[in-house]
Amino acid sequence: MAPVFRLESAKKSYAGRTVVDIDRLEIDPGEFLAIVGPSGAGKSTLLRLLNFLEYPDSGKIYYAGQASSPALPLELRRQVTTVFQRPVLLRDNVENNVAYGLRLRGLRDCHAEVRAVLGRLGLGKLHRAQARSLSSGEAQRVALARAIVLQPAVLLLDEPSANLDPYNIGLIEDMLREIHQAGRTTVLLVTHNIFQAKRLAQRTALMLEGRIIEISPTSEFFENPRDRRTRAFVNGEMIY
Amino acid sequence: MQQIWQGILQGLRLLFTGDPALWRIILLSAKVSGAALLISAVMGIPLGAILGLVKFPGKRLIQAAIYTGMGLPPVVVGLAVYLLLSRNGILGPLNLPWVPELFTVPAMVLAQVILATPLVAGYTMTAVAEVDPALRLQMQSLGASHAQSLLAVLREAHLGVIVALVGGLGGIISEVGAVMMVGGNVEGSTRVLTTAIMLETRRGNFDLAIGLGFVLLLLAFLINVGAAHLLGKEH
Ligand SMILES: Nc1ncnc2c1ncn2[C@@H]1O[C@H](COP(=O)(O)OP(=O)(O)OP(=O)(O)O)[C@@H](O)[C@H]1O
Ligand SMILES: [Mg+2]
Repeated sequence: MAPVFRLESAKKSYAGRTVVDIDRLEIDPGEFLAIVGPSGAGKSTLLRLLNFLEYPDSGKIYYAGQASSPALPLELRRQVTTVFQRPVLLRDNVENNVAYGLRLRGLRDCHAEVRAVLGRLGLGKLHRAQARSLSSGEAQRVALARAIVLQPAVLLLDEPSANLDPYNIGLIEDMLREIHQAGRTTVLLVTHNIFQAKRLAQRTALMLEGRIIEISPTSEFFENPRDRRTRAFVNGEMIY
Repeated sequence: MQQIWQGILQGLRLLFTGDPALWRIILLSAKVSGAALLISAVMGIPLGAILGLVKFPGKRLIQAAIYTGMGLPPVVVGLAVYLLLSRNGILGPLNLPWVPELFTVPAMVLAQVILATPLVAGYTMTAVAEVDPALRLQMQSLGASHAQSLLAVLREAHLGVIVALVGGLGGIISEVGAVMMVGGNVEGSTRVLTTAIMLETRRGNFDLAIGLGFVLLLLAFLINVGAAHLLGKEH
């Protein structure tokens, strides 16, 4: 099967400092890939690149066979969406925030879809609440809701459960599993919680200083890592 | 002291009995400043939005010019427009059809447009620049095109745009220097609230001056109440 994403020597620098430098990476359709790594490793930057919000300075990123560039058509862009590490919601109520992407796609009457997703995320009572008044955990779930309501082909998640309590972490993990199994959605999960990666992902990758150090099936990644740095990271012994 | 109380009562009486001279002045003020604000909005909102969002060379210079424009003394604008339009001035002698003559309503509107546009653009610029820069990328991630993500930022800033319009209107409805110089305070044609207050005070007609002053205050108050209402609806 052709990969969803293929990265070839993709590099991204800010002010002369290389932040992402990926020699080779293929992401398969329908897979659930977790990316772990220390703060500043370039995980969020990689997700921005994969969502076509930025472009590599050199090298290529192919999505569905097409190179990422400002010329990439909107229909393809709309197949990929991100739940950001620090979600910014519109100054509007929860319902309109979740409906935003659907309305962009020309769907006027989307009450039913929006309500269903909010209900699944335990936000049913908040649909009329102003987004600015939400707690950070609620806001994070709204950000998740506005992304999954689109049923994207690729879902990029940047620490989606950072502000959540154990109950809600369980709730969204179940939901992610469900989405992944039902919809043939490719899921990329950036997480600091290695147990979450263990619970959800088929493959796990370690990112360090912009590079993918190791990528392997999750059980192998945790139980039998090839690279000593992976071992150190998994055991919490990595010194940054 | 007694004179002042009498003036207030007389002013209120003129106002509420629908004195035609007084009402003509009120309506003209509303017309001149309303038209000027509308034109300023059409030019100033897009200008402010672009300056708040887009990076380009020379932007700082334009920003500095706008900040200067926000504090322009009305008499100086009046003088400039006077020189522009007067028969011996720059555009006056050319007799162009779209150049207004001095001491007409369009000349007053022009002067107030020059005063209000930097105010509207400046406040809009600030409001747009204050929107979280991460918002645009996040909206694009949800499927917004470049234009749609810009629109989202503008909608996010719309409270600030309301403030910009109120600020612009406040700046022109109460100014006297520019309308005096280019309008000339001609009775029945270019006399507005502020110029009338000046004239009536000088003539010693305190009752009329006070009535007019009261109307001006009321107008400013209503504008701000309206704006506060619009802003309050969002919270
Ligand atoms: N827009 C930017 N301009 C300049 N530097 C940036 C920019 N975005 C990211 N960086 C830098 O790139 C590096 C990687 O940042 P990134 O946000 O991708 O890290 P991360 O792995 O997501 O970290 P964390 O786990 O803390 O979220 C950091 O050193 C950061 O300072
Ligand atoms: Mg990050």
